[in-house]
Amino acid sequence: MSANNIRQGYNFAYLDEQSKRMIRRALLKAVAIPGFQVPFGGREMPMPYGWGTGGMQLTAAVIGETDTLKVIDQGADDTTNAVSIRAFFKDLTGVKTTERTTEASLIQTRHRIPEFALQEDQILIYQVPIPEPLRFIEPSETETQKMHALQDYGVMHVKLYEDIAHFGEIATTYAYPVLVNDRYIMDPSPIPKFDNPKMHQMPALQLFGAGREKRIYAVPPYTDVKSLDFEDHPFAVQQWQESCVICQSDSSFLDEVVIDDKGTRSFICSDTDFCRSRVELQAENSLETL
Amino acid sequence: MTQPSKLPLLTVNNLSKLYAPGKGCQNINLDLYAGEVLGIVGESGSGKSTLLSSLSARLAPDSGQLIYRESEDNTLDIYQLSESQRRHLLRSQWGVVHQHAADGLRMGVSAGANIGERLMAVGERNYSEIRAKGLRWMEDVELDISRIDDKPSTYSGGMQQRLQIARNLVTHPRLIFMDEPTGGLDVSVQARLLDLLRNLVTELNLAVVIVTHDLAVARLLAQRLVVMRHGEIVESGLTDQVLDDPQHPYTQLLVSSVLTP
Repeated sequence: MSANNIRQGYNFAYLDEQSKRMIRRALLKAVAIPGFQVPFGGREMPMPYGWGTGGMQLTAAVIGETDTLKVIDQGADDTTNAVSIRAFFKDLTGVKTTERTTEASLIQTRHRIPEFALQEDQILIYQVPIPEPLRFIEPSETETQKMHALQDYGVMHVKLYEDIAHFGEIATTYAYPVLVNDRYIMDPSPIPKFDNPKMHQMPALQLFGAGREKRIYAVPPYTDVKSLDFEDHPFAVQQWQESCVICQSDSSFLDEVVIDDKGTRSFICSDTDFCRSRVELQAENSLETL
Repeated sequence: MTQPSKLPLLTVNNLSKLYAPGKGCQNINLDLYAGEVLGIVGESGSGKSTLLSSLSARLAPDSGQLIYRESEDNTLDIYQLSESQRRHLLRSQWGVVHQHAADGLRMGVSAGANIGERLMAVGERNYSEIRAKGLRWMEDVELDISRIDDKPSTYSGGMQQRLQIARNLVTHPRLIFMDEPTGGLDVSVQARLLDLLRNLVTELNLAVVIVTHDLAVARLLAQRLVVMRHGEIVESGLTDQVLDDPQHPYTQLLVSSVLTP
């Protein structure tokens, strides 16, 4: 460790500058063609595939000394994956890190979009396991590429049809396919469909990285992102009867938690920063009224 | 009702597709009219399936032209179209029934989804309508409608073939290509399927190109017949004429080789 707490012997943000440039070139193409999957020469990261190597490579390629980094895993800042990735970049860049959505300039995420609306000066980086939304029905990569090129997307609705036929409703709850900018069908990574509407016309830049599959795609700010549906079975997000037991929020995405060995359950916000902010605000307000 | 067109629906000019000299099909000239069933017969390796693939816009020929009359005064040169136009044509106005149902069906999704796929591909976005059409076509091809949510892998061979036909007909195509649709079925199932096909063809005024090595199937379904050998058409004419009074030595051999029980 040096005086400024940056680990010695590594380049800034782990990747070498040539690799970063290669990733940035792919990113530029991805931003220019919203929703299109750009192949890139994915690098080995010091952790296994499936732990977020795609997202980390994007973060490494775009992070600068003045950035403030936030990392979330399933909405939480304090889970192993989030803590480790945050510590990794703090070690290798010395940038400021935060748990507050509003203070972050760069947010790497797995499985959630923060509850607080993102702003124009923020970048959201998703970790993606399977970038190809057509994969479930078409195993051939050449064929899926052709289908994207020709906008041959009839099969996407076959999956939704199957859901309704078997469950009476569209039972897909995560990785819910979207149409980006009226052109490409995109897998929004395994975020709950609760978060899909947030992607539409989002002021922040959204980047997606799939490390194992070596694909990058992006949604530029203020782009149309439409969730697929049927006229008589329109897209709808999850709803809860309960509210968060910590902050009483009834509008956020809730996790169901078993709290004892008798099967008692309670619901808490999945976005820990959102939950804590609300508790702080409530505390302030109650102090004022005292 | 508009008058049935006097002009051919599909015109084939000097079409050739050869994998090696004598392997494939060459110098094919054909006309197909609306509501007509054309049979292609010949021995294995005579180029029937290659010709069918080329005719159904799935295999680009080495040379020659394939002209499709989309409407009275609009013709399309199939292999000059862009791939996306060709795909759109294949799933709206044309249909292909494969010999093996697994090639033409999605075995991993339900029968209803199989029938609905073409509708969704051409932009239908109303679930109830897709479902209703699925049920109606299941009935029309004599499938048990209570099995609409079952996967085709649980269907018998004959049922899979009928499902394949329903899946193709749902967008009301004008032209259907069939490759040995009754191959691998036992004779009673085959008879029912042929009966069904004959009724559908008449009802819907379909033009059909059917490849078969079974002369009985050809006699039952096809009004006109072409006989292929070594990749070329050696004889063509009305089915009864070709089968009852074969002119070419090879056709004579073919007709005399039929076993009668």
